[in-house]
Amino acid sequence: MAAVAEFDSVGLRYGTGAEVLRDLDFRLRFGTFYFLTGASGAGKTSLLKLLYLAQRPTRGRIRLFGEELSEAPREALPPFRRRIGVVFQDFRLIRHLSAFDNVALPLRLAGASEDEVEGPVREMLAWVGLADRASARPPTLSGGEQQRVAIARAVINRPELIIADEPTGNVDAEMANRLLGLFTALNRLGTTVIVATHDVGLINATPGAQLIRLENGTLVDPTGSLRNPPRPPRKTT
Amino acid sequence: MLDWFFVSPAERRLLGTARLGGPTPWVVAIMSFSILLIAATGLALANTAGVLSRAIDSRYALEVPGGGANLDALLRTVRSSPGVTTADAVPEQEMRKTLERWLGPTAQSSDLPVPALINFDVRDPGGLRAVQQRAHAIAPEAKIVAHRASVAPLLHSLGLLEVVTFGLVVLLTAAAAAAVVLAARGALDTHRFTIEVMHGIGATDLQVTHLFQRKILIDAFVGSVAGGVAASLVLLALAGGAAFAGDLSGGATLGLRAFMIHHD
Repeated sequence: MAAVAEFDSVGLRYGTGAEVLRDLDFRLRFGTFYFLTGASGAGKTSLLKLLYLAQRPTRGRIRLFGEELSEAPREALPPFRRRIGVVFQDFRLIRHLSAFDNVALPLRLAGASEDEVEGPVREMLAWVGLADRASARPPTLSGGEQQRVAIARAVINRPELIIADEPTGNVDAEMANRLLGLFTALNRLGTTVIVATHDVGLINATPGAQLIRLENGTLVDPTGSLRNPPRPPRKTT
Repeated sequence: MLDWFFVSPAERRLLGTARLGGPTPWVVAIMSFSILLIAATGLALANTAGVLSRAIDSRYALEVPGGGANLDALLRTVRSSPGVTTADAVPEQEMRKTLERWLGPTAQSSDLPVPALINFDVRDPGGLRAVQQRAHAIAPEAKIVAHRASVAPLLHSLGLLEVVTFGLVVLLTAAAAAAVVLAARGALDTHRFTIEVMHGIGATDLQVTHLFQRKILIDAFVGSVAGGVAASLVLLALAGGAAFAGDLSGGATLGLRAFMIHHD
């Protein structure tokens, strides 16, 4: 099966500091659901930044959608970014825009007319339960509501790859299940989903998803053969 | 082409500031107001210097240090010289009145010898030699002084002022351009987060740049038009005031309407 992303001996360091990611070799296959797990500081967010092209590796090669992008010129990246939907850990909503305008942003950047924007955005806001908060600005929304706006923005233009960094960190269990339902529905339609999370309940509720586990900047299971649910740890005698 | 200047409501919301909300239009308005007033001052100075220079270009004075014993004969001689278009003697009383500025009441004393002076215009500078020869035959101590030489320091000062106003216009234009550049950088800093988010979800550099270019161009355009209109009103008021002052003083100045259509 073709790979959405291929990492080949990838390393990342910020400035002159130590490498936060080391020797990453793995492939993300099209249409697969992944959970990225690991302790805080293991490098999950850095790995996601490499995936959504916010950061370039300091060594190694990254291929995304079949294209080598490690050293691609800056102007070559936007078309690839439009194929990726990102739910940021800190939401990254534009404070002075309404929820509607925040969700509509990817469509408008892709050149959609206002007529083409109106329906899908209203539908998406209704789906995440914010139909009546369309004109509200992020500072007036609760953390959970902001997260739902961020998710709606990430999926509005049907990306091929969805990357979510702790997407259920600020929502209640019911909304977490709905969001997971949305991700799995999109995954069934062929979208590759990668969710960084500590939420074991979320992982358990997604049978068949693959696990990628990071420890101190390296993959614990570089073969990607770990399957959900994870095997119990071996008993030592 | 014009579409480029019109920002959709959605794009306008993206930058989060209303038009004329920032300092850029005001800064540009003040700058363009100052530039236009200084440029107008420079043009007026150049115009004045030109008028003055042309007026005295063919004008000379025949000066007789000894006094006006032969003034009438000299005046007739000058008037009859080839190339001379006008010639007028300056009355002695007027000369004394002029000297009063420096000498006080002493200037009116009959003990004070006052030179005789005949102002004349000559069509061709070559005719000066004939005037000089004829005048010397009557009054050997008579000498011809060009008005241009007397007014040269004033014309030089006016020339320097023109250079200064031109320099000021260049400096202010550069300052206005720098203000626009700084405003653009300020806008980029203010909207850094928005730009990062836009880039993160696939905006091209061109999309982001156009958004800011349009805003800054529109701000600069609105500011320069406002400054230009304000400067024009001030200039028209000044021109109207000058015409009114001319009327009061009995001068033959141009009226406001004539000033608007006449340029020289």
